This record gives sequence, C-alpha cells and structure tokens, in this order.
Amino acid sequence: MRHLLVIGGLICLAALPARGETELDVSGYIEPELRVFVQEPSDPRQPDANMSIAGEIEFEAFFDYEQTLVVTGFARLDYQDDERTHYDLRAAYYERVFDLFELRVGLHKVFWGRTEAVHLIDIINQTDAVEGVDGEDKLGQPMVNISVPTDFGLFDFYWLPYFRERTFEGIRGRPRVNIPVSEGLAFYEEGNEETLEDFAVRWSHYYGAFDFGIAHFSGTGRDPVLTPMLDKNFNLVLAPMYPRIDQTSVDAQATFGPMLFKFEGFRREQLGDSWLQASGGIEYTFYQATGGDADLGIVAEYIWDERGQAGFFPFQNDAFVGARWTANDIDSTAVLAGGIVDLDGNGFSASVEAERRLGGDYFITIEGRFFFDVPATDPVFSFEDDDFLQVRVARYF
Amino acid sequence: MIRIVTLTTAALIFAAPAFAQIELPEDPTERGRAIAMETERRDLGFGDSSAEMRMVLRNSQGEESVRELRQRTLENVDPEDGDLSMIIFDRPRDVEGTALLTHAHLLEDDDQWLYLPAIARVRRISSSNKSGPFLGSEFAFEDFSSTEVGKYSYTWLRDEPCPTPNEALTCHVTERVPLYENSGYTRQITWTDTTDYLGRQVEYYNRGDDLLKTLQLLDYRLYLDQFWRAHELLMVNHLTGKETTLEWVSFEFQSGLDESDFTQASLRRAR
Repeated sequence: MRHLLVIGGLICLAALPARGETELDVSGYIEPELRVFVQEPSDPRQPDANMSIAGEIEFEAFFDYEQTLVVTGFARLDYQDDERTHYDLRAAYYERVFDLFELRVGLHKVFWGRTEAVHLIDIINQTDAVEGVDGEDKLGQPMVNISVPTDFGLFDFYWLPYFRERTFEGIRGRPRVNIPVSEGLAFYEEGNEETLEDFAVRWSHYYGAFDFGIAHFSGTGRDPVLTPMLDKNFNLVLAPMYPRIDQTSVDAQATFGPMLFKFEGFRREQLGDSWLQASGGIEYTFYQATGGDADLGIVAEYIWDERGQAGFFPFQNDAFVGARWTANDIDSTAVLAGGIVDLDGNGFSASVEAERRLGGDYFITIEGRFFFDVPATDPVFSFEDDDFLQVRVARYF
Repeated sequence: MIRIVTLTTAALIFAAPAFAQIELPEDPTERGRAIAMETERRDLGFGDSSAEMRMVLRNSQGEESVRELRQRTLENVDPEDGDLSMIIFDRPRDVEGTALLTHAHLLEDDDQWLYLPAIARVRRISSSNKSGPFLGSEFAFEDFSSTEVGKYSYTWLRDEPCPTPNEALTCHVTERVPLYENSGYTRQITWTDTTDYLGRQVEYYNRGDDLLKTLQLLDYRLYLDQFWRAHELLMVNHLTGKETTLEWVSFEFQSGLDESDFTQASLRRAR
C-alpha cells in the first residue's frame, strides 16, 4: 500500500507544471469522542464506556484553475480498541480538467446513491466500519477516473487497481459483532489485495425534475462474506472472505417542490448466485413548519433484499421512518431522529442525533443508538446489547 | 451560448457608454414595469461574474457570526429564464467546501444541487424553500435570486429623494408583488434612482402585510464602464431586531466562464 502511495505521489508531482498561479489551502479538525454504553456487554472484555480522538488535515493546492492536488489524512486514537486506532489517507489525488474530460489519479472518494437510510449502490470506496455504524465513513480508494461530460449526460470511468479491506472492531471494540472478526484471516475468492483490480462505469443525467443514473461494477465485492473459523489459538472468529462480483445498479430521484421520490437498486452476481436488492421512498419538507424559521423534513423508505433472511443483509424487508428538524439559526441547530423496523418481526432500531455549532469553530454532535427485540437469528442481533450514547466535539481550523 | 454572450457584451460596450434618459409611461403599472426593465436592460451583457462575499450576522444583543462564500454567476441571455450560479462555502469551517449549484427559473422552482464534501455526495434538493433564511442570516433564499422583471407585477407609487445617504438623488418608488409560488412576501417597496437606475432600498412585507425587513444597497462601484454592483448590503429585520451585513469583495467580470462551469460534474470538484 505504502509503495503505491509513494508512486502515486511522484506521478502527481511530475504532472505539475511550474506555470501560472499556485494557491495552497490547509484545513482540518480535531474531534474528541465519548461513548457510554447502557447495557452489560455480551463479552466481558468489552467496555462500558470509551474515549477516543480523531483528526483530519487536508492540503489543497490549486494550479491555474484546471489542476488541483488534494491530500487528506485521517487518524483516530482509541482508548479501548486497538483496531479502531487507525489512520488512512482519505484522499491523495491529482485532478486535471481538460476541455473534453476530467482526469483524477490517486486516492479519492466517490459516492453513488439516492436514498437516505441505506446506501446500497455505493460501491467505489470501502467502508471504514470502525468509524460509525451508519457506514458513511469511507477509506480512500486508489483509482484512475476519467469523467466525460456530454450533452446526453455524464460518463464516469474508473480503474481501481488496489483493493481495500473493510475495517472491523477488535476484541475490546463496542459495538461489534458477537463473534470477533479477524482482519488478519481475510481471504479472497481469487488473487490478493495488491493484484486485484476492479472496473466501474457510471452514466448519470437529469431532465427537468428527474435525476437518474445507471452503473456497472466488475471486481471484488466491498461486502465480505463472514465465515466462521478457528484462529491459531482455537478461538472461534469470523474471517472476511471477499468474492468477485458483477453488479449493475440503477438510481433515480424525482424532485417536485418539497416532495422528493428516491430509488436505488442493483442486481449482483456473486459465487454462482444472483439476486436483487433495492430501497426507495419519499422525503417531504414542511418549510417554516411551526411558523418560525425552522423546517421539518420527513423521510419514509423501504429496503428490500430478494434473498430474504438467507442473505444475512440486515435490511431484507425493513421500513425506515425519519424526521429532521432544522432550526435555520445562526448555530445551524438540527435534530435527526429515525427508526428502522424489520417487517419480518426481527426487531427495531432507533437513532437520535442532535448537532449545533458552538462559537465560530466548534461543532458538537450528540448521538444515541438503540436496538430492541432483535432475535438471535438476525444479523443485527450482536448489537442488541450495545445501545450507546455518543458525544463528539469538533474543533475546526 | 458562449459566443452569443460575448457578442451581446461587445455590442453593448460599444453602443452604450452613457444611457440616454428614457421616457416613462404615465400609467402606474406600466411605469413601474418600465423602471424595472430599464434596470435590467442596463445590466444586460455582464456575461459572467465571480466574487467573494462576507456576511456578518448580528442578533439583537449585538453578538456576531461570520459567513464567507464565493459566488460565480453566468448570465442567461434568455430573458424568459434565470441565471446559472455556483456558491462555495468557506466559513464557518464546519461547512467549508459545501457547494450549491442553481439553475434559476423565473416562475417555476429553480433546479438546485448541493455538494457535501464529507461524504462526497451530490444531492438534488428541493428549491421551493424560497422564504427560509439563507445560512441563518436575515436574507431569505429569494432575496438572493436574480431579480428578473418577469418575477413580479409592478405599481409605480411616486418619485421622491432617495433614502439616506443618497438624498441628493431622486428615486422612483415602486411596489412589486412576487408572482412566483412560495414567496414569503405579499409585496416589496423598491427605491430606484433616476440617474443610473440602481436599487437603493427595498422594504419587505410579510404574509401578514407587516413591514418585516428593510434592505439598503450601499457602496455602488462601476465595472467595465457599465455594470454597477453594490458592495455593502444591510438587511435589518424590524420584528426581531437582528441584522445582516453582506459585503462583496473582488468582483471579476467576463473571466470566460461557460455552461460547463455550472454542471453537476463541476459541482463535485468545486473547491
């Protein structure tokens, strides 16, 4: 991995011509985090409370408007969990805008998707799962990306020459899967992380109120199949197995005033099997809902997996309902509450998130996540006793 | 598109170093509309502009909060449609890198996309929130959008000396009523000077027809011998006592922006 970065860095530097105006911008944040768990842990090695601190620093260099170099480093120190103590280059890429296309080379982040509760079709970057249960934190992905804007939409081509494994909590991590995942035992259907290469292409366009996209990904799946195994000390662990997949996805959104309709879904071929997964729903915003400046947004979405319970994907027949209250005040105060119900009767999880700015440069986020009545057969069962409250205070600079 | 803009611009620069005073119709409705059209006509052909903006938000206790943004605008030569714009947020730091792309329309909802850098996501967002506060300030979203003539109906009220500090000038005072849906205003009273047809003051009346806010447009400066831009806008909310000062710095015109600078592809790399 490090070799790749060094090579990438050299390519970037070599590509920079020494003409025109150069501008450098440095920014970042440092963010302590406190987590308190409400219940007894299922494993006595797991803590009742945890402290950790994360930080990010970003360097952006601009050359002549057409060329940019971005390097973003992230690190977390975790008091309890050695596996959550980690660092990552979120970005380290060179970008150049030509008349007919855009080129990006290096580690970069790309998001695909429309819905809010889950991000099924988002596949370019691996999830940095130790960062948060919502799966929105991603590891930097080495890539060569060519974007071609045309009158009939935007075409994106990706060559992804290196595979990133998902991060998992260690023995002392919480919340975590009851049987610990051993990252060291990860294996592949074919090849290894350094020899694997993936390809992806996406077309996206909009017409009036409608935005839509079609994409295909061919390569190593980002979602590992967790396989029970004995480690060298004969402890039962889960080994992540990364299969080759082919996945075709579609996504669409219709925007009619305050009413938004959203859909995303894919068909995946993996280990001789193939199936469909999809999510879709509505978002409606009541502006100045209570007569003042505050807005209230409501989201209702349904998540479906053709395989049902057999797929071990937590959301196979689930409904999400969420509300976001935005004060629209100076401090950007907002509260987000949501719940996911398993319609097959396998439990219910809820989350509440409140945030606001403190002074000019501080931002506080308070988050609670709760799991109810999850049976042992459901993939989310491990989190049943991991209800927690979390406070993060970020200082931006 | 680019060529058309450039030609129009060139024609105007050669044709109109000084504007002749126009004959205004007597009928108050036609007169009000003619004043708005003259304001718009004098600003035709700016092509594109880029500028930095600093907003200072003050509550009734005098506590301040600062926002810094950059805005790029591409003039739409079609008078029946709105301009294209991109706003990039620099302060507060927790929203640094967030960018908003708007394809404005006259009476229908604008098309708007928001880029969130933390998750690298482009989201199409609802733009029917015309009357909500922009970044917690006293400016509503609709106060920011371009003021095409077709967005309002007009009634000329009277001519009088312009509001302080421009008492030396004479102003046309016109009432305008928003025609687009979801406006937070029943009507606005505008003061436009008779010399350069620049907006000097606007009063905003809320849905209950109370005087909600007053906007003063100050420190006009001339660019390319034709385009006047106010560099200080002061919005005072009479109901809450809060106010927002918006300062524009470093205006740049006709720097060669075109439609490709106002797409979703350019939004996700707007920095």
